[in-house]
Amino acid sequence: MLKDEDRIFKNLYNDLGADLNSSKKRGDWTNTKDLCEKGRDWIIDEIKKSELRGRGGAGFPTGLKWSFAPKEVGSRPHYLVINADESEPGTCKDRDILRFEPHKLLEGCLIAAYAVNSHKCYIYLRGEYYNEGIELQKAIDEAYKNNLIGKNASGTGWDLDIYIHYGAGAYICGEETALLESIEGNKGQPRLKPPFPALVGLYGCPTIVNNVETVSVVPTILRKGSKWFASLGKPKNTGTKIFCISGNVNKPCNVEEEMGVPLKDLIETHAGGVVGGWENLQAVIPGGSSMPLLNKEISEKITMDFDSLVENKSGLGTAGIVVINKDQDIIKCFARIARFYKHESCGQCTPCREGSGWMWRILERMAKGEASREEVEMLFDVTKQIEGHTICAFGEGSAWPVQGLLRNFKKEIIKRNNFDPLIKSNKDIPYLVDQHLLEKDNAQNKS
Amino acid sequence: MSLKKISKDQPDKFEFDQQSLEAAKKILSNYPKGKEKSAVMALLYIAQRQNNNWIPLSAIKYIAKFLNMPYIKVYEVATFYSMYNLSPVGNFHVQICTTTPCMIRGAYKIVDVCKKKISEKENVLSENGNCSWTEVECLGACINAPMMQINNDYYEDLDIRQSEKIIDEVLLGKKPKPGSYRGRINSEPENNRKTLLDLKNA
Repeated sequence: MLKDEDRIFKNLYNDLGADLNSSKKRGDWTNTKDLCEKGRDWIIDEIKKSELRGRGGAGFPTGLKWSFAPKEVGSRPHYLVINADESEPGTCKDRDILRFEPHKLLEGCLIAAYAVNSHKCYIYLRGEYYNEGIELQKAIDEAYKNNLIGKNASGTGWDLDIYIHYGAGAYICGEETALLESIEGNKGQPRLKPPFPALVGLYGCPTIVNNVETVSVVPTILRKGSKWFASLGKPKNTGTKIFCISGNVNKPCNVEEEMGVPLKDLIETHAGGVVGGWENLQAVIPGGSSMPLLNKEISEKITMDFDSLVENKSGLGTAGIVVINKDQDIIKCFARIARFYKHESCGQCTPCREGSGWMWRILERMAKGEASREEVEMLFDVTKQIEGHTICAFGEGSAWPVQGLLRNFKKEIIKRNNFDPLIKSNKDIPYLVDQHLLEKDNAQNKS
Repeated sequence: MSLKKISKDQPDKFEFDQQSLEAAKKILSNYPKGKEKSAVMALLYIAQRQNNNWIPLSAIKYIAKFLNMPYIKVYEVATFYSMYNLSPVGNFHVQICTTTPCMIRGAYKIVDVCKKKISEKENVLSENGNCSWTEVECLGACINAPMMQINNDYYEDLDIRQSEKIIDEVLLGKKPKPGSYRGRINSEPENNRKTLLDLKNA
């Protein structure tokens, strides 16, 4: 287990208070000026050396992202945007940072803004986090009052203004370009990349978009040194991470642990074990609902870091762990996730808009045992037609969980849906048959 | 993309009152000159707060004029995001998260409680008219599942009995105490804390 002194978020459970004085006692804002005076290149270099990877899901190296911002400010100002639109099912880590460690975030904003030459920072907060927004605004006001941000922030000679922009309940606005569209006052539909936001972002200006957790760990990394951060975890998967363990566990919780911690440790030690014992485990979603599930055999020995999860055809994502035990109907669970994606698709790309609805309807029927044997293959085919054919990663996010289900629980699905296709028995009743199947010769040959 | 029902009964006129106007001006100053459009989301919230928790079409027109935007652009935003109510909801708007992490911990039992106590169907006012409920997607409090949001507050770690009590209070027009209903502190593992022990109760 990670030692307490190596934990970054010491106030994760709010034992100490979130106000400025208590935060200062924990070390926030102590030598921000000295850190900034070491220069932009030093900051970016330290973050690169620490091998910090973005905590929002994609795991992109943060130092590298910052280095994409133009070195000199041209005619267009630079912006820093913090992504606090946490809506991935299974994830609730940013909420605790916003409530209990807002000063870590604000100090991180100052350092990041300084490193990427930005005078303005927008925090895009999901609309439902109204009370968290009030806490954050309180912290911002406190920081302004003590001259930690604002004109000549913390004595660095750098001006920084921080604003909160409330979202309004759209999951897709967690995608960085949709988020920028949303700040610009449009509906949140993602943009094509390239150009990447680092060059053409908010209002067409260079913009760096970072997750709350990523920015919040930056001050501590600079203070304790990149070597310290890199010594935790595994190579290329360094540092600590807040894991959210929810679902069928005895003691669901948020906990900060080292990257590469075994999944079984997290569930058994911190979350009090699976309801009904480890043997009762059916599946684990390791990184928010977009990531394919892990079956019991893999969950037994997997370690929680970006690379090992990718090796096992899943991903760390946001590290929102959802534990599903054998009392649950796994097909129903994933039909509900498919409904989530159907509801949240922004409607821009046809494969995702239509496909997410298809997947939901097929899965709903499968859960009831009303689908035919061949629809299992058809469902897989639909996921493959969504994946990679959309502007943003939502397509993958909606298709992967279904693919994970099909990879691991195909037998269960077929057992419940072991019928011949309608086309065989009801060939002569046109409204019962998918007409496009009739056009295909093979559909008729099969029957 | 959520399905939006726009109310048939629409007031003819909408204008910001003094308080809303001040709030709107403050929001406008957050954005660079010439980019006032960015404030549209915040202004819709202000209109919603002023108008008893829902946005009439006249408010959309008013905001379009206020920001010098085409009406359809504001309409587009108001219908895209799920948190803007385009038809009246109760003074207490109950939102129950039913996405998988909450579902497997029994969120649909709470939906049943709402069906029994508030109204048979979603988005329909209760008999006394001060309460409505709806199913929503993940509210980002998965470790406190099952949970619901009433107006701005989160009610966490619920069971049938607790949620019945909460709904009863809400129906009487009282605001129940938000937070965890199992007495746990924030997001810590209940009685099973293994970390940051020196700081506990510090």
